[in-house]
Amino acid sequence: MDFNDTKEEAEYRAKARAWLDQNAERKKSSKDALPSLGLEEALERARKWQATKAEGGFSCITWPKEYGGQGGSSIHNVVYSQEESNYLVPGGFYAIGLGMCVPTVLAWGTEEHKERYVAPAIHGDEIWCQLFSEPAGGSDVAGLRTKAEKDGDEWVINGQKVWTSGAHYCDYGIVVVRTDPNVPKHKGLTMFIIDMKSEGVEVRPIKQMSGESEFNEVFFTDVRVPDSNRLGNPGDGWKVALTTLMNERLAVGGGGGADWEELMALGRESELEQMAAMANGAVRERMADWYVQTQGLKYTRFRTLTALSKGETPGPESSISKVVSAAKMQDLGSFAMDLQGQAGIIRDRETSPQGAIFQNQWMGGAGYRIAGGTDEILRNIVAERVLGLPQDIRVDKTKPYNELPK
Amino acid sequence: MNFDFSDDQKLLKESVRKLLADKCDLGRVRKVLDGDEPFAKDVWDGLVEMGVTGTAIPEEYGGLGLGALELCVVAEELGRSAAPVPFSSSVYLATEALIVAGTEEQKHAWLPKLASGEVIGTFAMAEGFTAASPRTVEVALKGGKLNGTKIAVPDGDIADFAVVLANTGGSGDRALSLAIVDLKAGGVTIETVKTIDPTRSHANITFKDAPAELMGTEGEGWASTSAVFDSAAILMAFEQIGGAEASMWMARDYALERYAFGRLIGSYQAIKHKIADMYVKLELARSNCYFGAMMLNDGGAELPEAAAAARISATEAYRYAAQENIQVHGGIGYTWEADTQFYFRRSKLLALALGSALEWKDKLVTRLETRNAA
Repeated sequence: MDFNDTKEEAEYRAKARAWLDQNAERKKSSKDALPSLGLEEALERARKWQATKAEGGFSCITWPKEYGGQGGSSIHNVVYSQEESNYLVPGGFYAIGLGMCVPTVLAWGTEEHKERYVAPAIHGDEIWCQLFSEPAGGSDVAGLRTKAEKDGDEWVINGQKVWTSGAHYCDYGIVVVRTDPNVPKHKGLTMFIIDMKSEGVEVRPIKQMSGESEFNEVFFTDVRVPDSNRLGNPGDGWKVALTTLMNERLAVGGGGGADWEELMALGRESELEQMAAMANGAVRERMADWYVQTQGLKYTRFRTLTALSKGETPGPESSISKVVSAAKMQDLGSFAMDLQGQAGIIRDRETSPQGAIFQNQWMGGAGYRIAGGTDEILRNIVAERVLGLPQDIRVDKTKPYNELPK
Repeated sequence: MNFDFSDDQKLLKESVRKLLADKCDLGRVRKVLDGDEPFAKDVWDGLVEMGVTGTAIPEEYGGLGLGALELCVVAEELGRSAAPVPFSSSVYLATEALIVAGTEEQKHAWLPKLASGEVIGTFAMAEGFTAASPRTVEVALKGGKLNGTKIAVPDGDIADFAVVLANTGGSGDRALSLAIVDLKAGGVTIETVKTIDPTRSHANITFKDAPAELMGTEGEGWASTSAVFDSAAILMAFEQIGGAEASMWMARDYALERYAFGRLIGSYQAIKHKIADMYVKLELARSNCYFGAMMLNDGGAELPEAAAAARISATEAYRYAAQENIQVHGGIGYTWEADTQFYFRRSKLLALALGSALEWKDKLVTRLETRNAA
């Protein structure tokens, strides 16, 4: 057992590092970050970096060469990401498009789609978003109501999507809509590529409980989409969506934020019962629990990477990651606030300990436990796909969609 | 990245699994529970014949000289089968104590016999219903004689000799030393004790001027115990995940055959999520165990933290899986006839064997504080 690269991985790592040294600034500490900018400037910075990466051959590493990818393996991608995380580079804007949407286009699109959309995405010229969730369909995405009706060579979309990251700056999206309400719900869906600048598309930011606005509602009023933008056959929308969602579970990954080390730093500064908080048994016990979870997730990732490194399909163990990290994020934040006495209610970047990271993650954790698969859906997935337990008895699988209670 | 067991190690695991499937199904465990035999001698003999008792003992002392990784895969299978054998006492504790603290002479005297299965050893620590420490250990070693009583000694009525944590009169942590005692010699009274898990025998042992030999250096007993327990914690954690996994699949299988309210109980989310949580805890523990195995094998700098993390997570995984396996079974799971009890009993036995999670969590944070300060 060791954590070493294979010879080939080591060579790739050296190549990536040499290129990064030439093109980006190395972080001085792991907490180093680029200065925050307004949306337009931040977008421009990200666009430039994406283009640089594409020229250097480090964008979309696993995608096929014929469409502008590098034809590399998952482990190449991992090695590059590990290296890149040591440098001050912008991230975020392209994650959903390149992580979920365009891979779906690659899997289901026609030759024309791939020719048209893949290269500009790789080079950062066009940004994508994903339009699946609806007010009436969250965990039960297939219960969605937004509909599309055929009109000649076009489809006319009406309805509303929600929780769409980046809809206000994206160029394209993939949208799943109901095209046949007379068949059971999973069978009446179809996926389209949509130009986000189309007439009738209206984007409104959602103000989250945390006060931030990271997501949008997107309203469709008589939006016309050519039939040639269809991904897969009419009625295949659910299968197409599953491709995207599978990629989502890979993309959502670790929660980040404060962990046991930040909690220990706080525990050293705080007092409980006229003693250092770190001397308190309850503090020590909770800290040990979170340390063990963090380490468990880290080494679970290493097990997955080992399989990738050997060219094997990783086992199902990576499915535990989000369900553990989301609860930890929220609980640890809450517990750290308890250590701050009555002032723990203060959420102020300037005065709260460690820039209010604990208050932020207590609140953000509530969202993270829902995003990209709720705790409950993830447990269903483990139970059904890993342990082979049956699905719930469902009333909505055979009845036509328009006969279901809504 | 090569964070997995090798093909050879997996092969060893398979052969141990096969041996135990042949010789030690839960019916065999039940015979020990219902009968008078202190352990399953035939299963033990099978393991000895296979050579696994000498897995990690260096060749110069008659062992196979393999690494800790081989011992880890053996441990996982022993845990899965809930084998009623004195393996952990003899191999993780007595053998490890000799390797850590024994003099050359002591190693040559005992290790070859431990490897060949000619003798069984154990480790005697507890004296009362409290965590043993330099403040509480009173069994005294003086002038080559041991006096006092150790309780709940694992396999105390099976073992041929014991490594005893004894008071030699120093101050603070240096009050304690390790001693080797021949349990078949005079001055030793052994009394089997009732425990929560009769498939693993335990005994109270009273020493009255029993001849004993100092092991290693006087005053280093507490430090040596800590080192031995770090290794043992990782090995035992593999037993724990073996048992946790067996409990999880037992619950899963039952959920796939039992109907209630016109449906398989495995189709209810209350049951599905419970078994999914068993899986989550198991995989967290397994990953911590792998890192522990790697540190143990390489003598890595993070061994103390890794041992504690493996122990804490494996204890939690086994606790949850074994206890909720009974819950999934409902009433039948609480009967004497049900096999759920073997893992339930064993999970708590192993949870206390090297000190409870309460102790290990505190120890872990102390170790992290030390590392963070450095």
